[in-house]
Amino acid sequence: MLALLAGHVAEVDLSRLGRHLGDFFGYFDRLTALEAGGGRVWTDPAEWFWGWRKWGLLLADTLLIAYAGTALGALGGFLLSFVAAANLVANPWTRGMARRFLEFCRTVPDIVFALIFVIAFGLGPVPGVLAIAIHSIGALGKLFSEVIENIDSKPVEGAAAAGASWVAMLRFAVLPQVLPNFASYALLRFEVNVRQASVLGFVGAGGIGQDLIEAIRKFYYNDVAAILVLIIVTVMLIDLGTERLRHRLIGAMERSP
Amino acid sequence: MSPARVLTLHEAALADRAGLIARHPAVFRRVTAARLGTSLTAAAALGLLAFGLWRLEFSPGRIAGGLAQLLHFLGMMLPPDPGSASRAFLILRGLAETLAIALLGTLLAAAVALPLGFLAARNTSAGRLVHFLSRRALDSIRGVDALIWALIWVSVVGLGPFAGVLAIMTSDIGTFGKLFSEAIEATDRRAVEGVTSAGGGRLARIRFGVLPAVLPVMAGQVLYMFESNTRSSTIIGIVGAGGIGLMLSEMIRTLEWGVVSFIVLLVLVAVAVIDTISGRLRAGLAG
Repeated sequence: MLALLAGHVAEVDLSRLGRHLGDFFGYFDRLTALEAGGGRVWTDPAEWFWGWRKWGLLLADTLLIAYAGTALGALGGFLLSFVAAANLVANPWTRGMARRFLEFCRTVPDIVFALIFVIAFGLGPVPGVLAIAIHSIGALGKLFSEVIENIDSKPVEGAAAAGASWVAMLRFAVLPQVLPNFASYALLRFEVNVRQASVLGFVGAGGIGQDLIEAIRKFYYNDVAAILVLIIVTVMLIDLGTERLRHRLIGAMERSP
Repeated sequence: MSPARVLTLHEAALADRAGLIARHPAVFRRVTAARLGTSLTAAAALGLLAFGLWRLEFSPGRIAGGLAQLLHFLGMMLPPDPGSASRAFLILRGLAETLAIALLGTLLAAAVALPLGFLAARNTSAGRLVHFLSRRALDSIRGVDALIWALIWVSVVGLGPFAGVLAIMTSDIGTFGKLFSEAIEATDRRAVEGVTSAGGGRLARIRFGVLPAVLPVMAGQVLYMFESNTRSSTIIGIVGAGGIGLMLSEMIRTLEWGVVSFIVLLVLVAVAVIDTISGRLRAGLAG
């Protein structure tokens, strides 16, 4: 029932899909056929990846955008998570405010922030980094505060009993327990942000997305295929790398008592 | 006569600092290998951040100017105001479209991903090669963002929400395929062995040995993805694939800030409602 209603609202048209399904596979056919004529793209990688210098740089920029956004977001989330943790802040108002703010940051999609920031800060990677940072503050702040709420309370009580100030208590009782977990979550977020950064260029916020949307709009099929392959390979490599790192982090955490 | 003041633990510890250092030298060592490693990693991370900010043309002037602009926009965003009744109706229609896209995209993706999940799971796949190939195919699909799929589908079936449904579906097939195959790999072998010993064939093993165990898990995952898709389907309109995103990006570009904040609020409320409902359903499934 619900699906039928939804189908009507979303203008689902199976006959249209039937007519165009061939086009979908045709699209991939054209993606992989050399425009200069003669065979498939992989038979002539030099022609296919003619713009690898430019795309490589843009891809590096995309990674930097993701990294800077994740790092700024992790710093912000780090600071806010202590305020949002129920076992560290007794005042429900302060805590509630911090939580609502985090919720807002992670519910509004980063590309919406990017759209607004592009107008405020001008075109380029700056709004992209800020959009990713804001979104990451929301996502990481929540995860971080959950980690903090699950810590062992004995060191905290010990520090408090020894007369430590709030900040000293955080530094010596809380931080050693949570740091490996924080780093692991930040790495996971970095993976997500690399994907996000690859499309922020669609709205003019820097990175390889700018070239991709141009190629798609102008029907430069070979470029579309080349950029997509580059993005997919990069995302896979990043996933593999961060997975290794996270396993090492978790291993280190289990070894130390 | 005043009673001797009782020392707090803190003061007592400070008074005997020299003795403590003598008894526990390891705790008081300033530089340990582990600490050095942590500090070096932190320094490298901050250094890379600084390089990134420099390379991406961050400058204090630009940030300050942007923030001033942003504050100005924020001021104009209050109060949220759709402008006119007809526009409010259009916005609500966009929201309905968004939810419909998320629902249909999720359901279709789940239907397509179900057989793929079995192919990509180690214990039910037809041979190592099929297992490996379907895993890599699913990874590639997931590597491409939903927004890119939306662009591709728009150039295939034209502008409109239908392209959005197909885009959500395509990008979710990758996610579902991976999640499903992991759920299948985690099933209890004993049920499958039981069906085998009773003479069940390959399909019977899957139908009676695996499926009953994984269906509740999968239903939970589908609900969870539906939540996540209500978020992603709000933005695919930016590239013309239907839903409220088109309206939102238009309003941002024409600087109608009151309408922008109205739409954002509406989306926040809708997402919160969906999250609550599906959270309840998932709790019911788990319990």
